[in-house]
Amino acid sequence: MSGYAEGVLVLLAINVVLAYGAFLPVAAGQLNLGVAGFAAIGGYASAYLSARTATPVLVAIPLGGIAAGVVALAVAVPVLRTRGIYLALATFALGELVRATILNLEVVGGAAGYPVPAYIGLPVIAGFAVAVVVLVGLLFATRFGIAITAVHDDERVADLMGLDVRAFQIAAFVFGSVIAGIGGGLYAHHFNYIEAQYFNISMSISIVLYVLFGGTQSVVGPLLGATVFTLLPELLRASAQWRYVLFAAIVIVAMVVRPQGLVTAALVRRLLGLAQDFSLRGRERPA
Amino acid sequence: MLGSIYAMVGVAMTLSIGILRFLNFSIPALFMIGGMVTWALVHAGVPWPVAALAALAAGAAVALIVEAFTWRWMRGAGPFVPLVSSMAFLILFEHLAVAHWGSDLQTMPQLFGAGADWRVGNLVVSIPQLAGLAISVVMVAALSLALKRTQMGRALRTIAEDADTALLLGVDVGRIVPLVFLISGVFAALAGILFALNYRQVDPYMGEALGLKGISAMVVGGMGNVWGAIAGGMIIGLVEVLSIDFFGADFVDITVYGLLLLILIVRPTGLFGGAEIGVRA
Repeated sequence: MSGYAEGVLVLLAINVVLAYGAFLPVAAGQLNLGVAGFAAIGGYASAYLSARTATPVLVAIPLGGIAAGVVALAVAVPVLRTRGIYLALATFALGELVRATILNLEVVGGAAGYPVPAYIGLPVIAGFAVAVVVLVGLLFATRFGIAITAVHDDERVADLMGLDVRAFQIAAFVFGSVIAGIGGGLYAHHFNYIEAQYFNISMSISIVLYVLFGGTQSVVGPLLGATVFTLLPELLRASAQWRYVLFAAIVIVAMVVRPQGLVTAALVRRLLGLAQDFSLRGRERPA
Repeated sequence: MLGSIYAMVGVAMTLSIGILRFLNFSIPALFMIGGMVTWALVHAGVPWPVAALAALAAGAAVALIVEAFTWRWMRGAGPFVPLVSSMAFLILFEHLAVAHWGSDLQTMPQLFGAGADWRVGNLVVSIPQLAGLAISVVMVAALSLALKRTQMGRALRTIAEDADTALLLGVDVGRIVPLVFLISGVFAALAGILFALNYRQVDPYMGEALGLKGISAMVVGGMGNVWGAIAGGMIIGLVEVLSIDFFGADFVDITVYGLLLLILIVRPTGLFGGAEIGVRA
């Protein structure tokens, strides 16, 4: 495999991980506008662990994710007392706060950035990405997934059905943040260098846009969204600015044409139904 | 003085939240457009009052484009869809500006000579800054009065309470909503223009650096509360100045966003209560 293809695949895998981090809260009806902040916490925490305490990389990265999850828990529990847009605003504030804090944190290099000695290549990153996709897929096949969908579709009815709406929203948000933190750790250990300015609001917004473009009703949506927006600019070979312009324009048009995202629950059902039809037909055929 | 800039962006955001329940992320982009267009025209030799008016018109026009793509088509779609589209617009305009003008910090020529400074003892007050502050206070007073007294204001407050009922009562929601976008667009662009004229430095990312502080101003003042946004803007401006004095310039963002997060945790309705536009304008 050429170095270029490998680079694109690494980026794809990391974007997929981050997209699932943003997907979990959205699936529960809450928006995380601070994905970049949680990725930064995970990235810096895991980098610090692997560089200073000789923790093996494969342990440091999940620990970084857990660090991001702890911060998410501390924010979500008080903020989710209220309904509506407040968690989105709080995550926005948190993302900016994390970036500004790291810029002034000399232990991890401050504004100069932080070099990370340990290196992981494509196989490890791809392994993490596949694990995240499979885990989230399994999670949504359980009662948890059904409950999250219920909370998303109608909080009041979910509440009446006896679901603890707040607990599910907090759980989805915290799990998502752990995944985002892992994404940050993967990034740090592949590029061997992180700087706070990379984890800005544009990054958070882009990741949320991947997810909503792909669709939030099924677990396939974020995978598709991240894949399209990682590969499309490479195929078009546009310059950096026009890449963003094109990306934003596609999202705006997509939201007008198909506001529920590319992959909807109905579409998945139809595809699965089709598959079932074929298998039935196969069985009816005389031997 | 930066406080009055934040306040105006905050008013733009709070109008959108208060009436449409829509966190409009394209407002920081409109702020940037106001500033960048003013600079580009002044740079091209256009006299500054003409440049400012043209930038205002550009802001208003772009606000209507955003309305067409975030709101008009989206009725009935999920709650995040307009928000997502407005975030896409922020990215779109930011990078269009970078592609067109480059990402460098641009400096406006000195427009007002030393005569524009007004000395009271040791205190130096710049008259353009004072004028900017006066303009923003007058604009907000006019807006507040219009919301309270006019037919249009009544219609807007009805929509704020319940858009469906407003429609049943004969309010032409389809015609009034673009007006909300227009007013908030004018406020955001005007803030950008005042910033460009006073601080004489603009860049395509100014919306992110400064415009997003308008969100803080809005939250501090209580979402949907117009005068709260003004007070919030002033508080954010003051907090910035104080934190520069006490901790140094590097800590400004930490204190501002820390304050925002703290308020969201402790008192999410803001310091002055969530006076929805419909309830108490």
